[in-house]
Amino acid sequence: MASATTPSDDCLVRINKVSFAYDRRPVLTDINMEIPRGKIVAIMGSSGCGKTTTLRLIGGQLKPTSGEVRVNGQVVHTLDSGGLYEMRRHMGMLFQFGALFTDLSVFDNVAFQMREHTDLPEDLINDLVMMKLHAVGLRGAHHLMPSELSGGMARRVALARAIALDPMLIMYDEPFAGLDPISLSIIGELIRSLNDALGASSIIVTHDVQESLKIVDYVYFVSAGKIVAQGTAEEIKASGTPYVHQFVWGEADGPVPFHYPAPVYGEQIMEQAGHA
Amino acid sequence: MPNSSKPSPFTDKLVQFLTRLGHNFTSRIWRLGFASRFFLAILLLSGTALRRFHLTIREIYFTGVLSLIIILVSGLFVGMVLGLQGYDTLQRYGSSEALGVLVSLSLVRELGPVVSALLFASRAGSAITAEIGLMKATEQLSAMEMMAVNPIARVVAPRFWAGVVSMPMLAALFSAMGIFGGYLVGVQLIGVDEGSFWSQMQASVDFREDIVNGIIKSCVFGIIISWIAVFEGYDAEPTAEGVSGATTRTVVTSSLAVLAADFVLTAFMFRGA
Amino acid sequence: MNRATLDLWVGIFVTIGLGSLLFLALKVGNLASNNVGETYRLEAKFDNIGGLKVRGAVKSAGVVVGRVTQIQLDPEAFVAVVSMHIDHRYKFPRDTFATINTSGLLGEQYVGFEVGGETQMLKDGDLVKKTQSAVVLEKLISQFMFNKASEDNGGSKK
Repeated sequence: MASATTPSDDCLVRINKVSFAYDRRPVLTDINMEIPRGKIVAIMGSSGCGKTTTLRLIGGQLKPTSGEVRVNGQVVHTLDSGGLYEMRRHMGMLFQFGALFTDLSVFDNVAFQMREHTDLPEDLINDLVMMKLHAVGLRGAHHLMPSELSGGMARRVALARAIALDPMLIMYDEPFAGLDPISLSIIGELIRSLNDALGASSIIVTHDVQESLKIVDYVYFVSAGKIVAQGTAEEIKASGTPYVHQFVWGEADGPVPFHYPAPVYGEQIMEQAGHA
Repeated sequence: MPNSSKPSPFTDKLVQFLTRLGHNFTSRIWRLGFASRFFLAILLLSGTALRRFHLTIREIYFTGVLSLIIILVSGLFVGMVLGLQGYDTLQRYGSSEALGVLVSLSLVRELGPVVSALLFASRAGSAITAEIGLMKATEQLSAMEMMAVNPIARVVAPRFWAGVVSMPMLAALFSAMGIFGGYLVGVQLIGVDEGSFWSQMQASVDFREDIVNGIIKSCVFGIIISWIAVFEGYDAEPTAEGVSGATTRTVVTSSLAVLAADFVLTAFMFRGA
Repeated sequence: MNRATLDLWVGIFVTIGLGSLLFLALKVGNLASNNVGETYRLEAKFDNIGGLKVRGAVKSAGVVVGRVTQIQLDPEAFVAVVSMHIDHRYKFPRDTFATINTSGLLGEQYVGFEVGGETQMLKDGDLVKKTQSAVVLEKLISQFMFNKASEDNGGSKK
């Protein structure tokens, strides 16, 4: 399916000096990233540091304020809507809480893209959907509605839907959030095995360090809109950078302060006492 | 006193007030512009909704068929009340045979389109807003966009057209049901002569002037309500409060818009006749 | 809900909707009795049309044969010019007498045709020559009062 690829480039996604700001509030400043083909890359960081924004920039839902995002050699933000939609057909995305279409059954959810983008006959779609559902272990649940699924099952259905058209790039937005330990490791293993089986590349945005370090090839650490550390899983675990150390080992205080910026408490108390 | 260094509290308040007013005003105009562009986008992206008509049929079920009961029942009661009140007034002037005219003209021209539009706004309009708003809040619209499917074409346009198609039918049903209710009360219960009830009605209700104009009205109302409903849903803040606020706004705005549009349309249609 | 049930319900809905439109058009409105296009036009001049309105009925022997389409004032003779569209199936003699009548004491006013005896028929665009104006209730009453008063005066002189 990757006929339009430029095989010389071994990186599927390149992010060059990208900055992004909502109104005038900067979210990302001067980010450089590379996602090699066939690899799983994690983007980690605390909540609200711009991880999801990065995914949206890659998917073309947002335009960078400066810099460029290249996917498969194409600059995303210069594509017109037709080109953008063409590019997105080769992307799969797993949203934070699955984002299954609540008015469609599990089967129809997975079949959605096939019906929208292809003219495949219904019996072929049936076979394909069952294959995808089988891959995530939910072939028996094809007739259920999303409201009848548990959180972990919904995530797996969403995963089956994300890989429906055999994408070259799969993006995961917080795939581990709100899952019990069993579902967590199931999803983790699925991400790894599906990536290898499809020959795709994956980007995981997460703050779940332990689970993701088991499966990823490379990690970017983002804090306050900047990349503060990067490396393979082993390098990250052994990292001496204070921020990474705090994050990986989950310490309450460190470079990321416990307190939201505020005047010194003692002074504030004195001031209030003075007013009274 | 700290007052001497600051501008007086009055000017301060005035400036604040004017700023807020200006902000409200510009943001309203901006929303109106956005809503108009959204309307154009719906029209341009209606291909899918019309080509794959089963998408629209599904929504007609949810907006039209599920509104049937409320429309039928309220049409019947409105007609029955019209029959009672109309008879009470007409018989004082000895022209109770004109009851059919009174009931049918008021239903076909005004009450049918307007009351069914108000009911439609609160029954189907609010449901459309809530559904699209929730789809936005749970990132379903985002997900669709990432699957290279335009949510305006796939989600919004079918709902819009379903509303536009359902509204005239519901209004016609309401009128027919109301006339039946008027007939029940007037002819069956009170005993107005059946022949003159129908013949006077037929003599004074004109197909083009009254019935077609009523249908045109309900088509316009259908467009207004569906547009407001899908826009409020699509524009809703993706939170629980955002969606509930948008739902309320749909009912209020579309009801007021229907009444205003009704006045304008009536002024153009029934002037002088 | 599966596709077939959905289609069935929507089909029922559309049928009911169109059915009630048909009901409105045929049973409530005048579509059945008023075939558009198959008419010819007549004019008539009245000194006073009273409460006659556009779309008022034109009746002959109580049967509706047409509708009033336009009412204007002739600016020279100061009389009302009433245009009517008459069903093409009905032809009337040249000396037909057009009157403005009221159905009931307070009902709608309509144009009545009283047929004469000539053999030549009125054609499209013709003028109905013989007319009688509407009866204006106030005039009638004041006339009656005046006559009564003069009768009484005459009586006292005797």
